[in-house]
Amino acid sequence: MTQDEEDKDTLSRRKFIKNSGLVAGGVVGGSLLGGLLTNQFTSGPKTQTKNIEDHEALQHARVFFNRKKDFDTLAAATECILPEDDLGPGAILLGVPYFIDKQLAGSWGTNAKEYMRDPFYQDEQVIDYEHKDTPQDKSGPNTSTKAPTPTPRYQTRLNRGEMFLQGVRQINEVSKEKFDDPFTKLAEEDQIEILQAFENGEVPMTGVSSITFFNFLLQMTLEGAYADPVYGGNKDMMGWKMKEYPGPRMAYLDEIDKDEFILKEPKSLREYQG
Amino acid sequence: MVTKHDKVDVVIVGSGWAGGVMAAELGKAGKKVVVLERGEERETQDYVGVKDELRYTNRFEMMQNLSHETITSRNTLDETALPVRTRDEMMVGTDSGGGSVHWAGATYRWLPYDFEIRSKTIERYGEDKIPDGMTIQDWGITYDEMEPYFDRWEKTAGTSGEEDPLGPPRSNDYPNPPLKESPPIKLFKEATKNLGYHPYQVASCNVSQRYENPDGQVINQCQFCAFCTQYGCDFGAKSDPIVTVIPTAQKSGNVDFRYDAYARRVMHENGRATGIRYVDTRTGEEHEQPADVVALGAFSFANNRLLLLSDIGEPYNPETRTGFIGRNFNGQFNITFLGARGFFEKKKFNLYMGAGALGGTMSDLAGDNFDHSDLDFLHGGGIEIRQYGDGAIASNHVPKGTPAWGREFKKNSIHYANRSLQIWYTAANMSWWHNYVDLDPTYKDDFGDPLLRITNKYTDQDRNIAKFGIEKCKEIMEEMGADIIDEDEIPEEFDHIYQGGHYAGGVIMGSDPDTSAVNNYLQMWDMENLFVVGGSAFPQFGGHHPTATIGALAYRAAEGIEKYLNDGGGLLAQAKKETFIT
Ligand SMILES: Cc1cc2nc3c(=O)[nH]c(=O)nc-3n(C[C@H](O)[C@H](O)[C@H](O)COP(=O)(O)OP(=O)(O)OC[C@H]3O[C@@H](n4cnc5c(N)ncnc54)[C@H](O)[C@@H]3O)c2cc1C
Ligand code: SF4
Repeated sequence: MTQDEEDKDTLSRRKFIKNSGLVAGGVVGGSLLGGLLTNQFTSGPKTQTKNIEDHEALQHARVFFNRKKDFDTLAAATECILPEDDLGPGAILLGVPYFIDKQLAGSWGTNAKEYMRDPFYQDEQVIDYEHKDTPQDKSGPNTSTKAPTPTPRYQTRLNRGEMFLQGVRQINEVSKEKFDDPFTKLAEEDQIEILQAFENGEVPMTGVSSITFFNFLLQMTLEGAYADPVYGGNKDMMGWKMKEYPGPRMAYLDEIDKDEFILKEPKSLREYQG
Repeated sequence: MVTKHDKVDVVIVGSGWAGGVMAAELGKAGKKVVVLERGEERETQDYVGVKDELRYTNRFEMMQNLSHETITSRNTLDETALPVRTRDEMMVGTDSGGGSVHWAGATYRWLPYDFEIRSKTIERYGEDKIPDGMTIQDWGITYDEMEPYFDRWEKTAGTSGEEDPLGPPRSNDYPNPPLKESPPIKLFKEATKNLGYHPYQVASCNVSQRYENPDGQVINQCQFCAFCTQYGCDFGAKSDPIVTVIPTAQKSGNVDFRYDAYARRVMHENGRATGIRYVDTRTGEEHEQPADVVALGAFSFANNRLLLLSDIGEPYNPETRTGFIGRNFNGQFNITFLGARGFFEKKKFNLYMGAGALGGTMSDLAGDNFDHSDLDFLHGGGIEIRQYGDGAIASNHVPKGTPAWGREFKKNSIHYANRSLQIWYTAANMSWWHNYVDLDPTYKDDFGDPLLRITNKYTDQDRNIAKFGIEKCKEIMEEMGADIIDEDEIPEEFDHIYQGGHYAGGVIMGSDPDTSAVNNYLQMWDMENLFVVGGSAFPQFGGHHPTATIGALAYRAAEGIEKYLNDGGGLLAQAKKETFIT
């Protein structure tokens, strides 16, 4: 090894791979590599599962939605978007409502990295813009790894948190107006009808079109179901299990050209990082 | 108070492929160089263990923070431009290496036709083939002249590929063999061969074996880990400035990288650039870095904006069609990269594996490789299949007719999670008199400077080429044996989404100072010690990914700057009057 390589090679994991000749020789990859590393970095035996579950429960409480009924409306709406069925859990069991609550409490909800300067116009051009529905994975080159849901179009002074508060309350208002009951009490088909009205941009909202709110709700429901469990959704990686998705792995060098589908038990970011 | 630094030979703005290549080459040549990068310092360690789809793909961890600065966008001259407010609507890189770190690594040389598009089109089809208002032009450099620079950049990057059977001549093979072939790529190659096409493996900067480049930098072997595009590489296996040109520049001992250094103006006096005025974004303090030569490699948007803010060159005026800074804005938008998606009932693919540039492609329908006499568009593109490696949030594709959410959506999204493939046409984008950039009259950045305003709309050329590509992709997908095939829809109008990083033009190169801002050394005609490097120099967009061409142009510019400094100045290329003015 030259000095230069030595300098670069400060990562213990990479050193480990190199020392074992795994990557350099290109002979062993994929699951074995993953397995070796996981063994190295995962601490503790399986009997800790119970504690982990208790711990997880403690990590879920509302930190954004103050009013329980707003949170319950949100939960019911996400379940309607991704319902429980014989394939597996729906949004509520997966923890999606808590995922969204946590997201809205953080920099995503407060639009920390967005351009939020005036003027915010509210004219035809803006309404037209908000109603454009190109899927995110079709929004240009290098976008095919994005979710195939419409890109939410942003031209409002409200941050995402404010938009969601107004949105879930509006869901409930429409529900009471139309069906005389709160959204959580409605039959699924009535809930669907209400959410469709939001999706079509037919529900009046203040400062934003309902379609923008709905597109975020749809996107975040899928994110909560399938993002790494560290964010509060995808409980026990059940979302990944449904999709036969293995989670983050180091290497597929020896499997990338294999014909058959390779099913792997999912592993989380926590396990990956060690 | 302004801090004034000692004068250096060259000050460079931006540390991506454009800025990084220049820094490495000039540092090696013994020139004193300062690189100003607005983002933070990042190294490979920053990308270890970050395989987190939500954070990187959906929350754009590596992209520019738009709260400080964005762009505004409109379709036509009479509209009010709206700011592009969220990163869902725009991706532009920042931090060490910029967008050249989170890129996917698909590597294409642009074609001889690209560089001489106007002359070659007229030669083959006559003047009338170019529609009124289309402002395509030759680059003032030919493919043969570009070839050595492509070759150098590929060697620096360790590009891994096989020869395109229909490609232009190469002086050398790729420095590394192509990536392995995965089953979807095999299927694509077989199908296209059956149809009489000439498929080959996408050349990739996810490097296929451990490689030491001519500067002594080592790039590791790609692991197909799938967290690639929009991520930094966990293993130092994706060729980017952090593992190549930045350490080479540092090793020379002549290059000083300053981070959190946001360039606001090119300073100039009596027609000569004198340096860069920048702000340390941690303190707000103003700095001045004087230099003999100023080079901008700050990506297309910032290159244009810095010139406009600094009052350099005559801004393009679409009403009179005079001036040149901001002229010929172009790029690949959501009307490009359209094609067909196939759903397979009897096959499952390991779509969770992949690499940014793992793919198959073909050039039969690229450039002018096919006869356009009876076609209602110019140019073409590659047809690509790519296996990036899908995350679980991404893999939610369902056949058309499935509702976007609810029970049926869930069932189909799970069923097809590993059963759908997509191919697309990487169509070129021509330039038009009405597509340009200038400064926005209303919206400002943190410092009160106007934002860059983009005026862009689609034309029949864009819609026709998209339609052609979608039909071809559908035929190939049929041959691949998909059970359900969904064709992409063609958008009517540009929808102000700036995703994907293929935006260009505005400071375009050419041989006539009346229609170009820089000559074929990327040297400003109007200010001979200012070089503007990157996609901003493209007079129109080729039918392939841009970065190899940007890398090659950066080598060309570095050579020019060195020559300029050694020879004591002067214009490096002769101005020629072109006969055409549209
Ligand atoms: C997700 C994604 C995937 C891509 N994949 C591919 C691909 O597979 N193949 C391909 O060919 N291309 C790809 N691209 C395009 C590719 O990223 C760009 O073409 C390339 O990185 C451009 O290099 P550059 O040096 O011009 O700009 P950059 O690499 O973006 O560098 C510009 C630098 O300038 C800095 N800067 C900007 N303004 C200032 C200022 N005022 N002061 C100081 N510094 C400033 C920025 O922070 C940045 O670091 C992809 C783009 C994206 C977004
Ligand atoms: S796919 Fe290859 S190049 Fe891309 S991040 Fe993974 S190891 Fe690096």
